[in-house]
Amino acid sequence: MQTRRDMLSHSAKLAAMLAAVGMLPTLASAQAAGYNAAAFDAKTIPDLMKALGGGAPVESKDVTVTGPDIAENGAVVPIGAATALPGVKRMLLLVEKNPSVLTAIFDVTDAVDSNFATRVKMGQSSDVYAVAMMNDGKVLFAKKEIKVTLGGCGG
Amino acid sequence: MADPMRIRAQAAGDKATVRVLMAHEMETGQRKDAAGKIIPGWYIQEVSAQLNGKTVMTAQWGPAVAKNPFLQFAIKGAKAGDKVSVSWVDNKGEKRTDEATVS
Repeated sequence: MQTRRDMLSHSAKLAAMLAAVGMLPTLASAQAAGYNAAAFDAKTIPDLMKALGGGAPVESKDVTVTGPDIAENGAVVPIGAATALPGVKRMLLLVEKNPSVLTAIFDVTDAVDSNFATRVKMGQSSDVYAVAMMNDGKVLFAKKEIKVTLGGCGG
Repeated sequence: MADPMRIRAQAAGDKATVRVLMAHEMETGQRKDAAGKIIPGWYIQEVSAQLNGKTVMTAQWGPAVAKNPFLQFAIKGAKAGDKVSVSWVDNKGEKRTDEATVS
Protein backbone atom coordinates (compact mmCIF):
# COMPACT_ATOMS: atom_id res chain seq x y z
CA MET A 1 0.00 0.00 0.00
CA GLN A 2 1.48 3.31 -1.03
CA THR A 3 1.05 6.18 1.30
CA ARG A 4 -0.26 9.38 -0.05
CA ARG A 5 3.07 11.07 0.54
CA ASP A 6 4.88 8.44 -1.51
CA MET A 7 2.39 8.77 -4.27
CA LEU A 8 2.63 12.55 -4.38
CA SER A 9 6.41 12.60 -4.53
CA HIS A 10 6.29 9.80 -7.07
CA SER A 11 3.88 11.58 -9.35
CA ALA A 12 5.78 14.84 -8.92
CA LYS A 13 8.91 13.07 -10.13
CA LEU A 14 7.02 11.57 -13.00
CA ALA A 15 5.57 14.94 -13.91
CA ALA A 16 9.03 16.48 -13.84
CA MET A 17 10.29 13.72 -16.09
CA LEU A 18 7.46 14.14 -18.54
CA ALA A 19 7.83 17.90 -18.50
CA ALA A 20 11.53 17.48 -19.26
CA VAL A 21 10.73 15.62 -22.47
CA GLY A 22 8.05 18.18 -23.24
CA MET A 23 5.19 15.74 -23.12
CA LEU A 24 3.22 17.52 -20.49
CA PRO A 25 1.70 20.95 -20.79
CA THR A 26 2.74 23.18 -17.92
CA LEU A 27 -0.09 22.86 -15.41
CA ALA A 28 0.67 19.39 -14.09
CA SER A 29 0.30 19.77 -10.36
CA ALA A 30 -0.45 16.75 -8.22
CA GLN A 31 -1.72 14.43 -10.92
CA ALA A 32 -3.35 11.33 -9.57
CA ALA A 33 -1.49 8.17 -10.50
CA GLY A 34 -2.94 6.48 -13.55
CA TYR A 35 -4.78 9.55 -14.68
CA ASN A 36 -4.70 9.80 -18.45
CA ALA A 37 -3.78 13.45 -18.79
CA ALA A 38 -2.93 13.13 -22.48
CA ALA A 39 -6.45 11.92 -23.26
CA PHE A 40 -8.01 14.77 -21.34
CA ASP A 41 -5.85 17.26 -23.25
CA ALA A 42 -6.91 15.96 -26.65
CA LYS A 43 -8.61 18.64 -28.71
CA THR A 44 -10.13 16.46 -31.43
CA ILE A 45 -11.64 13.01 -31.56
CA PRO A 46 -8.82 11.49 -33.69
CA ASP A 47 -6.26 12.88 -31.20
CA LEU A 48 -8.24 11.38 -28.37
CA MET A 49 -8.38 7.97 -29.98
CA LYS A 50 -4.63 8.11 -30.46
CA ALA A 51 -4.15 8.93 -26.77
CA LEU A 52 -6.39 6.07 -25.70
CA GLY A 53 -5.07 3.59 -28.20
CA GLY A 54 -8.42 2.97 -29.85
CA GLY A 55 -9.21 2.45 -33.53
CA ALA A 56 -11.38 4.70 -35.67
CA PRO A 57 -14.84 4.97 -34.12
CA VAL A 58 -17.81 3.51 -35.99
CA GLU A 59 -21.36 4.75 -35.52
CA SER A 60 -23.56 2.09 -33.97
CA LYS A 61 -27.22 1.89 -33.08
CA ASP A 62 -26.39 -0.35 -30.14
CA VAL A 63 -24.93 2.59 -28.25
CA THR A 64 -27.21 5.33 -27.01
CA VAL A 65 -26.55 8.81 -25.82
CA THR A 66 -29.22 10.60 -23.83
CA GLY A 67 -29.60 14.30 -23.21
CA PRO A 68 -31.88 17.26 -23.83
CA ASP A 69 -32.33 18.72 -27.33
CA ILE A 70 -31.86 22.19 -25.96
CA ALA A 71 -29.95 23.01 -22.80
CA GLU A 72 -30.74 26.41 -21.34
CA ASN A 73 -27.74 26.41 -19.07
CA GLY A 74 -24.49 25.02 -20.49
CA ALA A 75 -22.98 24.74 -17.01
CA VAL A 76 -25.21 21.80 -16.15
CA VAL A 77 -26.26 19.52 -18.99
CA PRO A 78 -27.50 16.06 -17.99
CA ILE A 79 -26.21 13.43 -20.40
CA GLY A 80 -25.92 9.69 -20.31
CA ALA A 81 -24.19 6.89 -22.20
CA ALA A 82 -25.54 3.37 -22.42
CA THR A 83 -25.14 0.18 -24.36
CA ALA A 84 -26.58 -3.30 -23.97
CA LEU A 85 -23.67 -4.94 -25.78
CA PRO A 86 -21.52 -7.41 -23.82
CA GLY A 87 -17.75 -7.06 -23.67
CA VAL A 88 -17.51 -3.35 -23.09
CA LYS A 89 -14.16 -2.21 -21.70
CA ARG A 90 -14.88 1.44 -21.14
CA MET A 91 -17.45 4.07 -21.93
CA LEU A 92 -16.52 7.64 -22.82
CA LEU A 93 -18.51 10.82 -22.86
CA LEU A 94 -17.32 13.46 -25.33
CA VAL A 95 -18.43 16.98 -26.11
CA GLU A 96 -17.04 17.82 -29.53
CA LYS A 97 -16.77 21.59 -29.27
CA ASN A 98 -15.48 21.86 -25.71
CA PRO A 99 -11.86 23.02 -25.29
CA SER A 100 -10.97 19.37 -24.59
CA VAL A 101 -13.30 16.83 -26.13
CA LEU A 102 -13.07 14.16 -23.45
CA THR A 103 -15.36 14.65 -20.48
CA ALA A 104 -15.34 11.35 -18.67
CA ILE A 105 -14.05 7.79 -18.91
CA PHE A 106 -15.92 5.01 -17.15
CA ASP A 107 -14.08 1.72 -16.79
CA VAL A 108 -16.68 -1.01 -16.95
CA THR A 109 -16.42 -4.25 -14.99
CA ASP A 110 -18.70 -7.30 -15.07
CA ALA A 111 -20.40 -6.07 -11.94
CA VAL A 112 -21.89 -2.88 -13.41
CA ASP A 113 -24.24 -2.10 -16.25
CA SER A 114 -22.64 -0.13 -19.05
CA ASN A 115 -25.09 2.63 -18.42
CA PHE A 116 -23.89 5.89 -16.89
CA ALA A 117 -25.44 9.27 -16.42
CA THR A 118 -23.85 12.47 -15.24
CA ARG A 119 -23.92 16.21 -15.81
CA VAL A 120 -21.42 18.06 -17.95
CA LYS A 121 -20.47 21.59 -18.90
CA MET A 122 -20.81 22.68 -22.52
CA GLY A 123 -19.23 25.84 -23.89
CA GLN A 124 -21.52 26.05 -26.92
CA SER A 125 -23.98 24.03 -28.98
CA SER A 126 -22.24 20.86 -30.03
CA ASP A 127 -22.52 17.19 -30.83
CA VAL A 128 -22.26 14.98 -27.77
CA TYR A 129 -20.83 11.48 -28.19
CA ALA A 130 -21.21 8.32 -26.20
CA VAL A 131 -18.36 6.00 -27.10
CA ALA A 132 -18.06 2.34 -26.17
CA MET A 133 -14.58 0.82 -26.38
CA MET A 134 -14.96 -2.92 -26.62
CA ASN A 135 -12.67 -5.67 -25.35
CA ASP A 136 -12.04 -6.77 -28.94
CA GLY A 137 -10.72 -3.34 -29.88
CA LYS A 138 -13.79 -2.05 -31.69
CA VAL A 139 -14.85 1.48 -30.95
CA LEU A 140 -18.54 2.25 -31.35
CA PHE A 141 -20.25 5.56 -30.88
CA ALA A 142 -23.56 7.37 -30.92
CA LYS A 143 -23.98 11.12 -31.16
CA LYS A 144 -26.61 13.70 -30.51
CA GLU A 145 -26.69 17.43 -31.05
CA ILE A 146 -27.43 19.53 -28.00
CA LYS A 147 -28.14 23.22 -28.44
CA VAL A 148 -26.91 25.41 -25.66
CA THR A 149 -28.49 28.79 -24.99
CA LEU A 150 -25.97 29.93 -22.38
CA GLY A 151 -22.40 28.57 -22.40
CA GLY A 152 -20.88 26.94 -19.37
CA CYS A 153 -17.20 27.63 -19.95
CA GLY A 154 -15.26 30.86 -19.68
CA GLY A 155 -17.14 33.98 -18.57
CA MET B 1 -12.08 18.28 4.05
CA ALA B 2 -14.73 18.36 1.45
CA ASP B 3 -18.40 18.02 2.23
CA PRO B 4 -19.90 14.55 2.30
CA MET B 5 -21.40 12.98 -0.80
CA ARG B 6 -25.03 12.06 -0.93
CA ILE B 7 -25.39 8.49 -2.05
CA ARG B 8 -28.62 6.68 -2.68
CA ALA B 9 -28.66 3.04 -3.74
CA GLN B 10 -31.93 1.35 -4.54
CA ALA B 11 -32.31 -2.30 -5.38
CA ALA B 12 -34.67 -3.13 -8.26
CA GLY B 13 -34.77 -6.69 -9.54
CA ASP B 14 -31.27 -8.13 -9.81
CA LYS B 15 -29.46 -4.80 -9.73
CA ALA B 16 -29.18 -1.68 -7.70
CA THR B 17 -29.26 1.81 -9.12
CA VAL B 18 -26.79 4.10 -7.42
CA ARG B 19 -27.08 7.86 -7.54
CA VAL B 20 -24.29 9.99 -6.18
CA LEU B 21 -24.16 13.73 -5.66
CA MET B 22 -20.68 15.00 -4.81
CA ALA B 23 -19.90 18.41 -3.41
CA HIS B 24 -17.02 19.81 -5.45
CA GLU B 25 -16.13 23.07 -7.12
CA MET B 26 -15.03 21.49 -10.46
CA GLU B 27 -13.11 24.59 -11.53
CA THR B 28 -12.01 24.16 -15.15
CA GLY B 29 -8.81 26.18 -15.14
CA GLN B 30 -10.11 28.24 -18.08
CA ARG B 31 -12.11 30.89 -16.31
CA LYS B 32 -10.62 34.23 -15.34
CA ASP B 33 -11.22 36.23 -12.19
CA ALA B 34 -12.05 39.94 -12.04
CA ALA B 35 -8.36 40.84 -12.39
CA GLY B 36 -8.03 38.79 -15.59
CA LYS B 37 -5.96 36.09 -13.97
CA ILE B 38 -6.77 32.49 -14.75
CA ILE B 39 -8.37 30.63 -11.86
CA PRO B 40 -6.41 27.39 -11.46
CA GLY B 41 -8.20 24.17 -12.28
CA TRP B 42 -9.58 22.16 -9.40
CA TYR B 43 -11.61 19.13 -10.34
CA ILE B 44 -12.22 15.49 -9.50
CA GLN B 45 -9.98 13.21 -11.54
CA GLU B 46 -10.79 9.75 -10.34
CA VAL B 47 -13.95 8.19 -9.02
CA SER B 48 -14.37 4.63 -7.87
CA ALA B 49 -17.23 2.61 -6.48
CA GLN B 50 -17.09 -0.46 -4.27
CA LEU B 51 -19.74 -3.02 -3.45
CA ASN B 52 -19.04 -4.68 -0.10
CA GLY B 53 -15.40 -3.61 -0.40
CA LYS B 54 -14.87 -4.90 -3.95
CA THR B 55 -14.25 -2.34 -6.67
CA VAL B 56 -16.95 -2.50 -9.32
CA MET B 57 -16.39 0.70 -11.26
CA THR B 58 -13.68 3.27 -11.77
CA ALA B 59 -13.91 6.46 -13.75
CA GLN B 60 -11.61 9.26 -14.83
CA TRP B 61 -13.08 12.68 -15.18
CA GLY B 62 -11.97 15.85 -16.88
CA PRO B 63 -12.78 19.42 -15.89
CA ALA B 64 -15.87 19.41 -18.15
CA VAL B 65 -17.94 17.52 -15.61
CA ALA B 66 -20.37 19.97 -14.04
CA LYS B 67 -19.97 21.55 -10.61
CA ASN B 68 -21.24 19.41 -7.73
CA PRO B 69 -21.16 16.34 -9.98
CA PHE B 70 -23.99 13.90 -10.28
CA LEU B 71 -23.32 10.30 -11.24
CA GLN B 72 -25.72 7.45 -11.83
CA PHE B 73 -24.84 3.83 -12.51
CA ALA B 74 -26.20 0.38 -11.76
CA ILE B 75 -24.48 -2.48 -9.94
CA LYS B 76 -25.51 -5.98 -10.96
CA GLY B 77 -26.25 -8.49 -8.24
CA ALA B 78 -26.48 -5.94 -5.44
CA LYS B 79 -29.30 -6.51 -2.98
CA ALA B 80 -30.81 -4.69 -0.01
CA GLY B 81 -28.37 -4.47 2.89
CA ASP B 82 -25.24 -4.43 0.72
CA LYS B 83 -22.76 -1.64 1.30
CA VAL B 84 -21.90 0.68 -1.56
CA SER B 85 -19.04 3.10 -1.12
CA VAL B 86 -17.88 5.78 -3.51
CA SER B 87 -14.55 7.62 -3.42
CA TRP B 88 -13.02 10.40 -5.43
CA VAL B 89 -9.59 12.02 -5.75
CA ASP B 90 -9.16 15.51 -7.17
CA ASN B 91 -6.20 17.09 -8.92
CA LYS B 92 -4.97 18.60 -5.65
CA GLY B 93 -4.77 15.15 -4.10
CA GLU B 94 -7.77 15.67 -1.84
CA LYS B 95 -9.97 12.65 -1.44
CA ARG B 96 -13.22 11.63 0.10
CA THR B 97 -15.04 8.33 0.60
CA ASP B 98 -18.64 7.85 1.66
CA GLU B 99 -20.74 4.78 2.14
CA ALA B 100 -24.42 3.94 1.84
CA THR B 101 -26.54 0.84 2.29
CA VAL B 102 -28.62 -0.51 -0.57
CA SER B 103 -32.32 -0.21 0.21
